[in-house]
Amino acid sequence: MDLSIILILAQDGLTNTAIYVLLAVALILVFGVTRIIYIPQGEFVSYGVLTLASLQQGVVPGTVWLLLLMAAVAALMESVRLFSEGALRDLPAALARILLLPAAIALLIHFCAPLRLPLGWQVLLTMLIVVPLGPLVYRVAFRPLADAPVLVLLIAAVAVHFGLVGLGLLFFGAEGVRTPAFSSAQFSLGALTVSGQSLWVYATSLVAIGGLAWFFGRTMYGKALRAVAFNRNGARLVGISPSMAGTLAFALAATIGCLSGVLIGPITTVYYDSGFLIGLKGFVGAIVGGLASFPLAALGALLVGLLESFSSFWLSEYKDVIVFTMVIPVLLWRSLSSVHYEEEQ
Amino acid sequence: MMRRGGLILFLALVAAVPLFPAFYLTMGSYIGLYSMAALGLVLLTGVAGLTSFGQAAFMGLGAYTTAVLTTKLACSPWLTLLIALALTLAVACLLGAITLRMGGHYLPLATISWGISLYFLFGTIPALGGSSGITDIKPLNLFGLELRGEGFYYYLIWAVCLASLWVTGNLLDSREGRAIRALKGGVSMPEAFGAGGLRLKNIVFVYSALLACLAGWLYAHMQRFVNPSPFGLNQGIEFLFMITIGGSFSVWGAIIGATVITLLKTVLQGILPTLISHTGNYEIIVFGVIIVAVLQCMRGGIWELIERFLPPKADKPIGQASELPARVQPPRGAPLLRVEEVRKEFGGLVAVKNVSFQVAAGEIVGLIGPNGAGKSTMFNLISGELPRTSGAVLLAGEAISGLKPAQIARRGLSRTFQHVKLMPGMSVLENVMLGAYLRTDDGVFAAGLRLNRASDARVAAEAAHQLRRVGLADSIYAQAGNLSLGQQRIVEIARALCADPLLLLLDEPAAGLRFQEKQELAKLLNELRDQGLSVLIVEHDMEFLMNLVDRIVVMEFGQKLAEGLPQEIRANPEVLEAYLGGI
Repeated sequence: MDLSIILILAQDGLTNTAIYVLLAVALILVFGVTRIIYIPQGEFVSYGVLTLASLQQGVVPGTVWLLLLMAAVAALMESVRLFSEGALRDLPAALARILLLPAAIALLIHFCAPLRLPLGWQVLLTMLIVVPLGPLVYRVAFRPLADAPVLVLLIAAVAVHFGLVGLGLLFFGAEGVRTPAFSSAQFSLGALTVSGQSLWVYATSLVAIGGLAWFFGRTMYGKALRAVAFNRNGARLVGISPSMAGTLAFALAATIGCLSGVLIGPITTVYYDSGFLIGLKGFVGAIVGGLASFPLAALGALLVGLLESFSSFWLSEYKDVIVFTMVIPVLLWRSLSSVHYEEEQ
Repeated sequence: MMRRGGLILFLALVAAVPLFPAFYLTMGSYIGLYSMAALGLVLLTGVAGLTSFGQAAFMGLGAYTTAVLTTKLACSPWLTLLIALALTLAVACLLGAITLRMGGHYLPLATISWGISLYFLFGTIPALGGSSGITDIKPLNLFGLELRGEGFYYYLIWAVCLASLWVTGNLLDSREGRAIRALKGGVSMPEAFGAGGLRLKNIVFVYSALLACLAGWLYAHMQRFVNPSPFGLNQGIEFLFMITIGGSFSVWGAIIGATVITLLKTVLQGILPTLISHTGNYEIIVFGVIIVAVLQCMRGGIWELIERFLPPKADKPIGQASELPARVQPPRGAPLLRVEEVRKEFGGLVAVKNVSFQVAAGEIVGLIGPNGAGKSTMFNLISGELPRTSGAVLLAGEAISGLKPAQIARRGLSRTFQHVKLMPGMSVLENVMLGAYLRTDDGVFAAGLRLNRASDARVAAEAAHQLRRVGLADSIYAQAGNLSLGQQRIVEIARALCADPLLLLLDEPAAGLRFQEKQELAKLLNELRDQGLSVLIVEHDMEFLMNLVDRIVVMEFGQKLAEGLPQEIRANPEVLEAYLGGI
């Protein structure tokens, strides 16, 4: 092992880190705002890649049907709710709010998909399809459980993960895909060759994190989300609707997931169920941060990314074993260093 | 009668399965194995409010331990059972020790990670056979006789499964079981009666892991072949789905859920691929949808539906006169509680500034003050919920400051909660029985094997006695959650009395009560004082205290403002100033 290999591994590790940081941020965000341990986050990564790959081939991606399906289920649930409350007058407006946007997106994709637009446009279309799935998942699966204990929300999250993985298989099949690189450029820096794609990953990740920092620090909605994460009841008392906050958090998480997918699509082959492990590695990072601290989570993601790339060099078969076993010493450290606290349900 | 009839029908069904074609026998064996793993999860998730994705991994640990040791080292399967259980015990203790001190979501996250790494290890370590697994595992043997045949394993599995069901049911209906059932509402209540929350959580987690390990050991010898795939994370998730569908609050939910999920999976795996004309595990879509629907619409699962049609359970038998050991109460007027120069700082804020007062045996003392005066902090300093910054609290001459609530409970302090902490689904009697946690010492093993009946009946008699003492004789078998708030407060007092305390500590007992309920509460406390009980009440309702207590201590801004007889306090200008802002 010489310096050049170390540099290559470090570069790989940093590329992974950039993705895991994004996912860890999304997981902490969703947990803080809704108390949901968001196991299905990884599915948005694979949906992002698979959707983009379909658009590349000029076909309408299966996620469009999923979008329509979820919107239909949401509309059905809303109808039942309004019917049982005897408020059928509000039904047309409610249905329009739920159905119009997904229908418009589906129509747009139907026309745009065969055109094989340039990559940038296809990424945009991918986001347009995948991001609305986040709020829809929240609406259909989690919003009716808003007052449930953390444990129930966790079981629901696992169930949603099962459902989304299965639907991924149904809509995209079992074949893996790889999307084209944003850039095929190579730069030489002494012993190190940097690929244009990894620069794209670093840059996008940094821009996304900067954007999130601006959102949380400067905008009213961002501050509202932070308020909910800090004190749910207090935020409700000052007029921040928990359901609005949940919807927003899920939309952000879906955006981050889809973006991560678009970024790693050219680096690794992604299958319908690949997102799960990627998402869990983001979790390992988030756990280092105690599911609360963004900087610590970023540090955790860096640890996961580097550990993964270096262990894939020495002990490639044990790569995942090493990454996931790392959780145990991390938890031990947290358990010894954190203040002993109890939660009530 | 109907419950017994249902049980007999169920046992007959289990016994009759081998009469059907071999396919049903295999399914039956799997259901038995999965029921055992799910049973552990019912205890962990439904009862104690924790959860784990590691049941499949513990099953794998049991299966692989016996597979490796019997094939590579020719060990006896009976020896490998002990080794597998010991290994599981060690892993579960380690995971529990690391995660259970922290928030409830760390155990599932740790078991997910651990389960995934174990699964990958099974698949990559060459000595474990890689993804193709280990074949030719020896069948079980007894006195040199090899035990083969699917029918034999079916009956063995169900015998073990039903035995675990019986043991788990017994455990829940015991001293430790009542404390375990209390964990879901947070550990402060069980700890106030001397039950260590962390210890109980560890017991439950280890017990559930051992059940899964036992199922895995049986699985390996029934199949005589192991490979990694049945022990992956997805199987661990399916166990969680089983108890969600079956009903996570009852041991029967495990069996119902294991049956439903196993049969449904078989049926769906037959239908869906032909319907979709592709092979794949599409059943997970259906599982996902069903679980979300169950959580949204009937969180108690199928068992809750069945329970609605069953007659209520038989009332818990109450033994003869109580013979529990009792404390020697100090003579009336002897100093009992001494609070000396107690101080509490939260960062720069001094919530309690060097407050001192005393409670003598046989008197009722009221600690009052306007909102924010530091009364509740004072209460928590006495009960041990909060550590003090300086000063001392002595109970009957012994320092209790610096001790944990459970240790303080052992020294004779018993308390109630401002926000009532009862287990709403349990009977009033069982709630009150929890109060006597420290007065018997039946352990987990005695409870599981039903060796605790005599002492449990004595505890029930004591609880019934305390309920009659507080005037709730008619509500002994009512569900605690169905009582009014006033009655629930009184149940809490009965539970505290059941601990045979030297001093009873009441946290705002009149809060939220109606006028009539307040009067009844005051009457009860008066009677209890006449019987020699010592009470410290923290309260801001002056009206309620004035005609009840012997002495009053007034706090304001963290300091003691005044102390004296009720009429003195009523006339004290400083107190009037504090309460009314001057007249």
